[in-house]
Amino acid sequence: MTDPLTIRNAILADLEAVIALDLVGLAAKETAYWREIFDRYVSAGKDDGFFLVAEANAEVIGFIVGEVRAWEFGSPPCGWVFALGVSPAVREQGVGELMFQEMCARLKRAGVAIVRTMVDRENKLTLSFFRSQGLRSGRYIELEKPLADD
Amino acid sequence: MKMHKASLFGLYAVLELASDPARQLSATDIAEKYAISTHHLAKVLRTLVRSGLVQAVRGVGGGYRFAGVINRTTLLDVIELFETLESELDTPHPQSQTAGAVVEELQSITREIDDLTKAVLDTITLETALNSSRLRAGLEVAHAG
Repeated sequence: MTDPLTIRNAILADLEAVIALDLVGLAAKETAYWREIFDRYVSAGKDDGFFLVAEANAEVIGFIVGEVRAWEFGSPPCGWVFALGVSPAVREQGVGELMFQEMCARLKRAGVAIVRTMVDRENKLTLSFFRSQGLRSGRYIELEKPLADD
Repeated sequence: MKMHKASLFGLYAVLELASDPARQLSATDIAEKYAISTHHLAKVLRTLVRSGLVQAVRGVGGGYRFAGVINRTTLLDVIELFETLESELDTPHPQSQTAGAVVEELQSITREIDDLTKAVLDTITLETALNSSRLRAGLEVAHAG
């Protein structure tokens, strides 16, 4: 990747590119999910939610979505990064790092001092990425159980 | 979690060598730096050489150098050369169904802890650990100053 990389706000025209990037990842989501995310974070223009894309050579090669969440599970306001994707063709070239740094800068400007995320423990690629950015196990522990059939 | 001494020495050696892959160090160099037994470290280094993570350079001025991939090798990769990280639960043979259920529950809990331990260690690459160490060293220098 030799072209200059830009991190910018997502626009509605990025929808298809983001869906395509997400489909090559580990967790394919429905198009409806992404339409809803675009409605909420791109069209509505939230002050405390950020949908950024990485662009090089007029092509979207990565995305990251995060927002400020307050008092969930009793936690004071903090930033959550809940979606991240980088084209496999440009991985390990700093795209994710640049997007994450820009996301952290925006979350900090929005008034929070901590950023969180949640990743499937089998998703070693994404976990290793967040670790490389300095994230560690936090104060909250996720618990779950399968619901029994009636 | 109580890590075996060999695993800890292995991590010291690999991280020290990986911090400058072009550099050769002797077992004594590393042992002195971390204040550990040279004899024990020499045995650990033999295991690391067999795994391919470390290369032994023979001859005058020889020593060891890192031969792995710094951003692909995790702390767990190193530790598992020396131990399995499975909790050892000294379980008797339960004499009743209820005792058996208690033993099974405790085994299930230790498996959960083991899985979490492995999930942490398996996502920290040598590169990440070294970057964090450098950051920590920088912060300590800043505090000392």
